[in-house]
Amino acid sequence: MGMNWLLWSVLLVFLVFGSVPVGSDAGSDPDPDLHPDPPRDPHTPQHTPPHTPRRTFPVLTVQFQTVRKPFESALWILLASLLKLGFHIIPRFSSVVPESCVLIMVGLLVGALIKLLGETLPVLDTQLFFLVLLPPIILDAGYFLPIRPFGENLGTILVFAVVGTLWNSFFMGVVLYGVCLLEGSSQLAGVDLLACLLFSSIASAVDPVAVLAVFEEIHIHELLHILVFGESLLNDAVTVVLYHLFEEFAMMGEVTLVDVFLGVLCFFVVALGGVLVGAVYGLLAAITSRFTSHTRVIEPLFVFLYSYMAYLSAEVFHLSGIMALIACGVVMRPYVEANISHKSYTTIKYFLKMWSSLSETLIFIFLGVSTVAGPHTWNWTFVSATIVLCLLSRVLGVAGLTFFINKFRMVKLTGKDQFIVAYGGLRGAIAFSLAFLLSAEHFPMKNLFLTAIITVVFFTVFVQGMTIRPLVDLLAVKKKKETKFTINEEIHTQFLEHVLVGIEGVCGHYGHRHWKDKLGRLNASYLRRWLIVGERSQEPQLISFYNRLELEQALLVAESGTAGRLTPALPSSASLLAEKQKSVMNVSKEREQRIRKILRANLQKTSQRLRSYSRHALFLEEEEEDDWNEMKLQKQRLEMGRRMSHYLTVPANWQESPPLRRAKTESGNQVKESRPSAAVSVPIVSVESVPPSAPADSGMSPDKTADSPPQTVGGALKSLAGSGRGKGRKPSVTFALDVDEQKLPRCLSDPGPNKIDEEDEEHREWEV
Amino acid sequence: MGSRASSLLREEDIEEIKKETGFSHSQITRLYSRFHSLDKGENGALSREDFQRIPELAINPLGDRIINAFFPEGEDQVNFRGFMRTLAHFRPVEDNEKNKDPTAEPLNSRNNKLLFAFRLYDLDRDDKISRDELLQVLRMMVGVNISDEQLGSIADRTIQEADTNGDMSISFSEFIKVLEKVDVEQKMSIRFLH
Repeated sequence: MGMNWLLWSVLLVFLVFGSVPVGSDAGSDPDPDLHPDPPRDPHTPQHTPPHTPRRTFPVLTVQFQTVRKPFESALWILLASLLKLGFHIIPRFSSVVPESCVLIMVGLLVGALIKLLGETLPVLDTQLFFLVLLPPIILDAGYFLPIRPFGENLGTILVFAVVGTLWNSFFMGVVLYGVCLLEGSSQLAGVDLLACLLFSSIASAVDPVAVLAVFEEIHIHELLHILVFGESLLNDAVTVVLYHLFEEFAMMGEVTLVDVFLGVLCFFVVALGGVLVGAVYGLLAAITSRFTSHTRVIEPLFVFLYSYMAYLSAEVFHLSGIMALIACGVVMRPYVEANISHKSYTTIKYFLKMWSSLSETLIFIFLGVSTVAGPHTWNWTFVSATIVLCLLSRVLGVAGLTFFINKFRMVKLTGKDQFIVAYGGLRGAIAFSLAFLLSAEHFPMKNLFLTAIITVVFFTVFVQGMTIRPLVDLLAVKKKKETKFTINEEIHTQFLEHVLVGIEGVCGHYGHRHWKDKLGRLNASYLRRWLIVGERSQEPQLISFYNRLELEQALLVAESGTAGRLTPALPSSASLLAEKQKSVMNVSKEREQRIRKILRANLQKTSQRLRSYSRHALFLEEEEEDDWNEMKLQKQRLEMGRRMSHYLTVPANWQESPPLRRAKTESGNQVKESRPSAAVSVPIVSVESVPPSAPADSGMSPDKTADSPPQTVGGALKSLAGSGRGKGRKPSVTFALDVDEQKLPRCLSDPGPNKIDEEDEEHREWEV
Repeated sequence: MGSRASSLLREEDIEEIKKETGFSHSQITRLYSRFHSLDKGENGALSREDFQRIPELAINPLGDRIINAFFPEGEDQVNFRGFMRTLAHFRPVEDNEKNKDPTAEPLNSRNNKLLFAFRLYDLDRDDKISRDELLQVLRMMVGVNISDEQLGSIADRTIQEADTNGDMSISFSEFIKVLEKVDVEQKMSIRFLH
């Protein structure tokens, strides 16, 4: 415990001193070393002698100016990340206080320290916020948006986002104006109706960053999460429109009916325009991903660039950038994921998570620092009225809207749900930045607004953020169920969808299922064909899902090295394997190393021997090589996993090499069946193989052992296959060993000698 | 058209259907006019051909199964009562509907919905979804491009995930268990307009 506090204090010190250079940005003297001879006057040569007096060669110079800005930015980011690290090391803390609170507090501390030192504080630059810090968070949210629940609840979400925000803004604005009038103090005298409306439109928008930060940690069930989160994303359009509308009106001074009408029109343009821009860029990204099969390395870059361009393009026209970003992510995801390699998918996922996490951290810290920076105008009436009205309007809005929505929903929202939705309406940095953007000339009460908004943000993040977790437990709100994707759920869900569409057809009822089905059909027949490369375009969704499941489990087996962690959901052969290896849990590291070394050595020899015997060159064409290799790689990894486990059960005397057994699958004549779609979807259970010109259905072919590598798990194989049959299953539980392709050492994440490296590189792509 | 259709439907019938299925009066009359429009032969009952004329069923991969679900065992005609009885399974579940008849479970309860779905899989009515039955359904859903082995492995995996008593088939209780996380009330409900 003491160590943790020490760590924290060290970090804080760093943060403070790191920000001192940031603060003293304006008034820094130019470094004397940069300009040894300032050119003063070219016409007076005698003042600038061509040779300076000889000085010693500087071995070590300090030249901070040139790297100042990047250095400071990097330092801030580094310190923010270290803080995040520190936060998670302290376990008790992180379970009570949400991360956002801690970060704001740290920001406050840092800001206070900087102020004490007398330096100028770095303020949350709105440009920086909107153009750099916000997009990663939104893209992360949009790209991984769970489409099914979002689509099912879209109506509800839209009602909350649009009508709810409108209600909040107007209610709060009008009542606040009334309060200001009633109060009658000089401070509030300059606050007119439009200014109030503008202020309330800023303050009433639920903030996606804050919602994400808090809701991530409480794990409520999917419906509530998607409702609040979807609302926070979609209300951006409303906020943008209202903000610009009221800003214009306030500057113009008077409002006519035409203006109101134009405002409404503007809303539709902003929202739909944003979505359209995003969709266009999403399609472009999908098209581009069709052609990236030769340059896999930059695939993630396209995803990020197109999304960012969508955001920026929308911002150019004052359309809703957030909606553009969401639309882009949603549109491009199914096609891009079908086209890119597995590694690129992982890269995208982790980069997005990393950037969004970093942005979030920075935003909250800067929020804290900016709070200290001020300037503040505190007015008890205004601020308290704001907070009370925020809560009140939210509760009223949610309750009223739910009353109407429940008439149209099949699964009604209960009182508990409504409470969580209302309570989860957190405000955050977007509100703050929008307030910051107000021009001071048109709005003399800007500081008042800023103070009030900061207070609201603090209140929601601290009070609501901290108490929502115990409240969720207290009210026994349904938590998020541990969703392990099961093939059963997927099959039955799709089955039910088909049935329901059919029944709706019988009733003559064209509900949303009908249109969804039509859209899906359109998607399958046109879009998928154009946008997805190769065979995957024809692949039904069920098959892709299944392949993905199998792949994940194959990776699990391969990466774990021992098969002790196999889940019970694996099919038969793997479960048999699991039974065998239940005892294998603790393997000493040295033993593993020894095993790996010997495996590698022997397999290497085989590779040099057998390269020329590659039978696969006979049948396969060039483009199928990739898939074929990858499939074999998959098989081999599994095989490796099995072998490892086998070796670990066998005591040390395994220098002998059991002969290689080659078991044929029942579908022996698979010569033609090397289409990539069939090849890719190799599950653990039955594996197709291209048989050599050997007799078709011989069970074991011991005569092949001569040219085979020594390592096999012949014993284990046989017994597995045997007991597989013994269980009465169909003999599809057999597998072939293609030990020719010597990429095996890779599976154990073993770096291996370089020779195999180069051969490996081009075949390493996983197209899933 | 509406008035002519409803004149063939007597008030007592409507009351009985209402009690049995839980539909409201207007819903019943609306569905009756739909029934009537489907009934090209004008004989007060629907045959399989009448159903097959519905375009949504024609392109539906599970169209035949759905049609079969309407017809009781061995019969070729379904009257309006039977039609409504099948459709009653898809009524949304209402929690304010305190059972007028506490002994009989309403047709649209979660259990009955799941039973209906189960029966769509289980053609031979042996209360088990065998591997072959599952394969048939998968084949219908997935189309012709996928090989038998692939489907076989999917079926194997599905059964293995669900099977708890080791009989290599999915019984009704296993079926319920597998779908416990799925929001069946929403997925199997149609919003019949009041």
